[in-house]
Amino acid sequence: MTDLLAIGTRKGLWLARSDDDRRTWTLDGPHLLAQEIAAVSIDTRRPAPRLLAGVQYGHWGPTVTWSDDLGGSWHETDSGAIRFPEDTEAALGRVWQLRPDSVERPDVVWAGCEPQSLWRSTDGGCSFTLVRGLWDHPHRPTWEPGAGGGAVHTVLPDPRTDRMTVAMSTGGVYVSEDGATGWTPHNRGISAVFMPEPAPEYGQCVHKVAVDAGDPRRMYAQNHFGVFRTDDGGVSWTSIADGLPADFGFPIAASPTTPGTAWVIPLVADMQRVPPDGRLRVHRTRDAGVSWTEIGSGLPDGAWTAVLRDAFCTDDHAVTGVYVGTRDGCVYASADEGDTFSTVAEHLPDVLVVRAAQLP
Amino acid sequence: MSVHIVLPGALADLAGGSRHLEVDPAAATLAALLDEVAARYPVLDRRIRDEAGALRRFVNVYVDGEDVRWQGGLATAVPNGAVVQVLPSVAGG
Repeated sequence: MTDLLAIGTRKGLWLARSDDDRRTWTLDGPHLLAQEIAAVSIDTRRPAPRLLAGVQYGHWGPTVTWSDDLGGSWHETDSGAIRFPEDTEAALGRVWQLRPDSVERPDVVWAGCEPQSLWRSTDGGCSFTLVRGLWDHPHRPTWEPGAGGGAVHTVLPDPRTDRMTVAMSTGGVYVSEDGATGWTPHNRGISAVFMPEPAPEYGQCVHKVAVDAGDPRRMYAQNHFGVFRTDDGGVSWTSIADGLPADFGFPIAASPTTPGTAWVIPLVADMQRVPPDGRLRVHRTRDAGVSWTEIGSGLPDGAWTAVLRDAFCTDDHAVTGVYVGTRDGCVYASADEGDTFSTVAEHLPDVLVVRAAQLP
Repeated sequence: MSVHIVLPGALADLAGGSRHLEVDPAAATLAALLDEVAARYPVLDRRIRDEAGALRRFVNVYVDGEDVRWQGGLATAVPNGAVVQVLPSVAGG
């Protein structure tokens, strides 16, 4: 069994492989050199695993490209995989998220993009259709861009139902119960420190959302200040930040197998946005955020860097692997749920996204 | 009508491997010229214009040495025999 770790950076894509249950890794790359890779996915539902990449061709614009031979060759749709319809008078700014749907929906892939928009593909990511229900939402004109641009950056299809959750900066969390047709803001309890109190119905800067392994209505959110949990599908959120050294950060990840287990990477904020005392560490909860434990032996001290929202992921092993990429071009892998890390790569460009999968 | 297009090396692969194209547009404007490019090389056109038809922010286009942003943009006249040069702007890091 081979484990594959895709590493998207500001200047290309690297692929790391492990054939010894994630103990050692070999690095292959760069692929797509000089192109910004802000989104990547490894779609293992197909006979041959498909790599999908959201590419920004430097001066030459964004698109989605794919490889069915693990980076040996790359392809893109002539007319562009993601094209805003003419009546929108909009143009694609960046692909922020590529999310394959469930095994039961094998050709469905979702994309979250800038400007704030959600897209659905039914051909494995070769072409996408704008989800009109979200684009035409009456709130959309008031969704403001964050510092990185206004984007749907989190896309969470429920594999068992027509429920869909997205998060955007800014805008916050929106949920559809009918297959992405109708959308309702779900931000009650999530703070918005950059707006007057009380917190609004929507407009929050939710950085990332992850779904608990045991209950799809239990989710965790790393906010622009604050870490929150919902047990009712986002209808209400409560703080779970007690016990963390800082409540700011970008990513949050939940175990795909163990209910109640999730990880965050706290950063001191607002202006610093670096690990507390320069110690890059992961914090893990085993009780859905009631308590947190600092872990991460092997992660560096003197690390005045940051981990962006998609530069953190898990794999689907029984003992979950955890992967961290930093803005100073380092990538670390843990095969024991974050207790210990080894270095996969150093001196890469800024890491924007990491995604891991076991290859069939 | 014939217009000569000069591409940067980074885009040559999208034009059949050549940095030089001879194009016969349906009308004497930059928009018509790029429409003809799109018909022959759709990916090349997407590198120069977005799906709304606008020139990409960091792509500069010169018609006979004049930056079209200071001329008529996509409506800039492209006369027979013109040389149209596509260049990446000063950007990046």
